[in-house]
Amino acid sequence: MASGGPGSATAVAELRDITRVYRMGGHEVRALDGFSFTFQKGEYWSIMGSSGSGKSTLLNLLGCIDRATTGSYRVRGEEVADLDDDQLSDLRSREIGFVFQSYNLIPQLDVLENILVPLFYQDDPPADGEERARALAERVGLGSRLGHKPMELSGGQQQRVAIARALVNDPAIVLADEATGNLDSKTALEILALFDELHAEGKTILLVTHEGKVGERAERTLKLRDGRIDEVCENRVGLAPDGNSR
Amino acid sequence: MKRASLLGTVRLGVNSLLLHKLRSILTTLGVLFGVSSVIAMLAIGEGASEEAQEQIRKLGSRNVILRSVKPAEDVVSGGEATRISSYGLTDFDFDRVAETFPGVLRAVPVRQLQQEVRLNDRALNPRVLATIPEYVNVTGRPTSEGRFISTEDQLRFANVCVLGYEVARYLSPFETTIGKRIKIGADYFTCVGVLLPRVPLGSDQPAPGADVTGEVFLPMETARRWFGDIQVKIRSGSREMEEVQLHEIIVEAESDEAVPPIAAAAREMLARQHKQKDYEVVVPLEQLLRAQETKRIFTIVLSSIAAISLLVGGIGIMNVMLATVTERTREIGIRRALGAKKRHIVTQFLVETVVLSIGGGLLGIALGLLIPILVEKFADMRTIVTPAAPLLAFAISALIGIVFGLYPAWRAANMDPVEALRHE
Repeated sequence: MASGGPGSATAVAELRDITRVYRMGGHEVRALDGFSFTFQKGEYWSIMGSSGSGKSTLLNLLGCIDRATTGSYRVRGEEVADLDDDQLSDLRSREIGFVFQSYNLIPQLDVLENILVPLFYQDDPPADGEERARALAERVGLGSRLGHKPMELSGGQQQRVAIARALVNDPAIVLADEATGNLDSKTALEILALFDELHAEGKTILLVTHEGKVGERAERTLKLRDGRIDEVCENRVGLAPDGNSR
Repeated sequence: MKRASLLGTVRLGVNSLLLHKLRSILTTLGVLFGVSSVIAMLAIGEGASEEAQEQIRKLGSRNVILRSVKPAEDVVSGGEATRISSYGLTDFDFDRVAETFPGVLRAVPVRQLQQEVRLNDRALNPRVLATIPEYVNVTGRPTSEGRFISTEDQLRFANVCVLGYEVARYLSPFETTIGKRIKIGADYFTCVGVLLPRVPLGSDQPAPGADVTGEVFLPMETARRWFGDIQVKIRSGSREMEEVQLHEIIVEAESDEAVPPIAAAAREMLARQHKQKDYEVVVPLEQLLRAQETKRIFTIVLSSIAAISLLVGGIGIMNVMLATVTERTREIGIRRALGAKKRHIVTQFLVETVVLSIGGGLLGIALGLLIPILVEKFADMRTIVTPAAPLLAFAISALIGIVFGLYPAWRAANMDPVEALRHE
């Protein structure tokens, strides 16, 4: 099902010659160095690499919370470099869904409110936002816990809320940053299974991880080293129900 | 949608504040005390100055009062020396004021006698004042029963007296004193009238040497005939004899504008006529102006104190909000990552500080309205809460929230989302 090479009509994230340079003390660190890649609609990628390989930087750039030093990044055809801070924020609220390692729910809000946060910040929020949020809560299996505060939920449940939140704005890309890192292996498998289902529904998912087993669950893996693409591989796992098969 | 989201932001802010109830309450204390002190101090200040002004107004703002004062060097120190000290205003002074000063509506001479007042077995030492019928017009104290001294009394040297309400009540608690024969000194006087009571005031003490606040009035001519000009004062073992023709001359001006020239003319005339400074010129209008000036200074001082406490309260809020911003760096990062613009973050934190300061302000208004009531009840001071005071205090507290919340909110909004997300 994962179709389309470069040039396909449904590119959701196109990166061209991206360089990201940090200045630390006196010297420069090139976290990304001439990175070019295109993610297509409906693809499920894992992004891997050792620490310092640039995967966090790539994630921040993809999530539009950081900007490239040079190069071009288009989200659904929109050039990020041209946007000011407000427009960038608006782009995030429309096109990006974040899933973090430590869930990052807002403690004083209940489940439903947490799911609704991205819509809250949209310039033109959809009228059916709350229905959508309820449906998503149902979808991730938390339909009966809408009024609970994050502190009252288990880690796995919190991550499900976070996934629902990442989907509520119907984003171009769902970015998951070590989304299973804080979970026990059983719960982690449940969350990965949820990603598989979302992928089957046609969502574009980019999963950043350093765990090989997690990375292999994705359709394809992009391996980074020193701010460049080191290796691109196809994983033949598909929708195997048993994550421990390898 | 805009209004709904603002309401949502306020609700959100309140929720965040409720997450740290104790901290939020402590934070509001500064504003609370600031606001309540603004209101309470303004109320007390207003009450005190109103009281002072009322006392002055009671003397008559159009009046100039000339008073006899015993000169300092005349005070006999100890010994049993018996001498007559002669000082004070004279009938001559009175005639000059009444007949030659321009702008004088009326002038009233007053003599004060040291005499016991008795009805049957009840005796008192009130202020016994000899004066003329005009007195009532100048001081504006109407009679409650009977009449005041009349011109006819003056001409006939009638043995009549008019009692102040307090005196009348003491001498004859159960029935009217009108028509009763009151013994003043060694002679009897028929009571022809009773004056209305004075407006009770906090500091309304009996005049020195008198038992009650009330007075007894005699016709000037009658008094002069019976008691003469020389009075004997018995004071702690020594006898003093004083010869004072008039104790007071109350001059009423035709208009407020005429008051200062009359006062000036009186001072000049008395300075020329009297070898020693045995008189004083009291101008209630001047005192009124002085009281207003005092009130102005008072208000400035109190407002500065209140302003300082509000400033301290504001800094307290800012301090706590800065700490809150640091503490919630991660939340800010999350919100930014999920699409919050800078202004959303600014609004969120600003709303929290404004909710804090307005909450403190409202509690402060409640406390500030309570304090004057307690002060009035326990300290027996008059207080006046002007409607402007709570409104002003409320506006100030809201302003403090905005002013002192702006910087923390700005700091929060300008955090780098990547850094903020990494914050533990």
